[in-house]
Amino acid sequence: MSTPLAQGHFVSGQTQQALRTRYPQHFQAVYQGRVRAILLALLAVLFFVYGVHSLEMSYKRIVGGLGELGSMVLRMIPPDAGSWPQAASFGYAMLETLAIALLGTLLAAIAAFPLGFLAARNTTINRVVKFFARRSFDTLRGIDILIWALIWINVVGLGPFAGVLALFMSDLGIFGKLFSEAIEAADQKPVEGVLSTGGSSVAAVRFGILPQLLPVLFSQVLYAFESNTRSASIIGIVGAGGIGLILAEQIRTLELQQMSFVILMILATVSVIDYACSRIRFSIIGVRAL
Amino acid sequence: MDSPSRMKEAYAKAVAAKRRQVWLGLLVLAVAVLLAGRVAEISPSKFLDNIGSFTSYFYRIAHLESGQWVISDPVEWFWGWKKWLALMGETLLMAYVGTVLGACAALVLCFLASKNMTHNNWVVFATRRLLEFARTVPEIVFALIFVVAFSLGPLPGILALAIHTTGALGKLFAEVVENVDMKPVDGVLATGGTWLHKVRFAVLPQVASNFASYALLRFEINVRGAAVLGFVGAGGIGQTLLEVIRKFYYADVSALLVLIIGTVMVIDALTEQVRHRLLGQERGA
Repeated sequence: MSTPLAQGHFVSGQTQQALRTRYPQHFQAVYQGRVRAILLALLAVLFFVYGVHSLEMSYKRIVGGLGELGSMVLRMIPPDAGSWPQAASFGYAMLETLAIALLGTLLAAIAAFPLGFLAARNTTINRVVKFFARRSFDTLRGIDILIWALIWINVVGLGPFAGVLALFMSDLGIFGKLFSEAIEAADQKPVEGVLSTGGSSVAAVRFGILPQLLPVLFSQVLYAFESNTRSASIIGIVGAGGIGLILAEQIRTLELQQMSFVILMILATVSVIDYACSRIRFSIIGVRAL
Repeated sequence: MDSPSRMKEAYAKAVAAKRRQVWLGLLVLAVAVLLAGRVAEISPSKFLDNIGSFTSYFYRIAHLESGQWVISDPVEWFWGWKKWLALMGETLLMAYVGTVLGACAALVLCFLASKNMTHNNWVVFATRRLLEFARTVPEIVFALIFVVAFSLGPLPGILALAIHTTGALGKLFAEVVENVDMKPVDGVLATGGTWLHKVRFAVLPQVASNFASYALLRFEINVRGAAVLGFVGAGGIGQTLLEVIRKFYYADVSALLVLIIGTVMVIDALTEQVRHRLLGQERGA
């Protein structure tokens, strides 16, 4: 591809020549930094090719699989629950999913609230406590929710309870981090004000920090609830309750029409929850706070 | 009535209204929680019975078969390190290939999804809905379906990652493209450039470093994602992790978790460095 300027529609040849002699440096090809960029790109491409090769992504497999996928998609439509009782059982599983998301989020928020103060620079007891609180949150977040689900299944058995505890663990890590950051970002002046009128340190937190903090925390918890609705609908795949279990079974038994029904139900529920949460958020903290 | 007392009364009224709202909200929440507890079969007694086995679970995964702490004998703890490292490598490679494929698709689609580059509203609308679908369906659901279509192995996992990445990056890329300075675009158009010229010489130089930074961030996320795709048979280290957890090989569980968390942390640190340099470059230019 040539540069638009090189096509030279608007600059006459003579002027261009004059410009060329006057500013030679602007008409040289730019090599600086380009060689390194090209080498990096080449390396990236080579690595990609190596990956494609070593992960057995052969052309034949992809084309064959795409054909199979196409016929699967055709067999998915129209989405059909089978019968009304079956649709009702899917609905109940969806309700279970929402229940898992609600309880997991809420329990994690309640537990993370005091822990967040321990991990915040301005309210922690000492630096060692802060360090360990933060590293624990990092570890909790570092383990995927599906792994937590598997571990809790070993402890409390199959079922939604394991799912609630799995969400609780990974949310505790997220909330701990977010809450402590919100506490650190809180304005210290109201605290000084309360202390200067003779208030205790508890009063300083209650009237100085909490009013600033609550709307922020509330909106974070609502966001987490939204994303947990998605997570709760997949943890059933490993046996931790909710709609995921049904989804995994339907795929294994190739009940494709029912499967597409369930997927649509999940997508619809998630978007309803997203909408409801954003309405609640606006009504409580106002549009300006966002 | 004099005005201070009227103000006081109005204030009391406002506070009471606010209080009522809060109590109402709490009541609704309490009912929802009770219902949810019932549906999710939560019983505090069951939890208290089992909390002991949770702590003992962590005690067990921290000990070898011989009863020693895992730290005391790292060689025994990581007895399968050759196999595990190879699997971890496969996981990283899956994440890389999936990210590259998804980023390339997103690079093409993002221009179709941004209003300033594509003036056909239908194309913009359709592309956006497509991207939305690709990122709303969780990747593990795509992986479940692809495992049936493409059979077991890393291939379905990579495709699942690629589709999810396309959806997530396509949206972010399109937002960046919609915020570019349009003057260079007008300049290229004025010199007779085509649509491709506009993209190559006016838009890409403005957005390239942002795109690269987003793609790296997505790579981090995909490493985590690829580590669990094996749960449904889509390749990587997840399959082995699932087995050792289900078969109660306690020391192996902790070894694999340490390996995964360690790798994720290293990748995070590396990509963060690169991203800072990329963004710094943009600010410097």
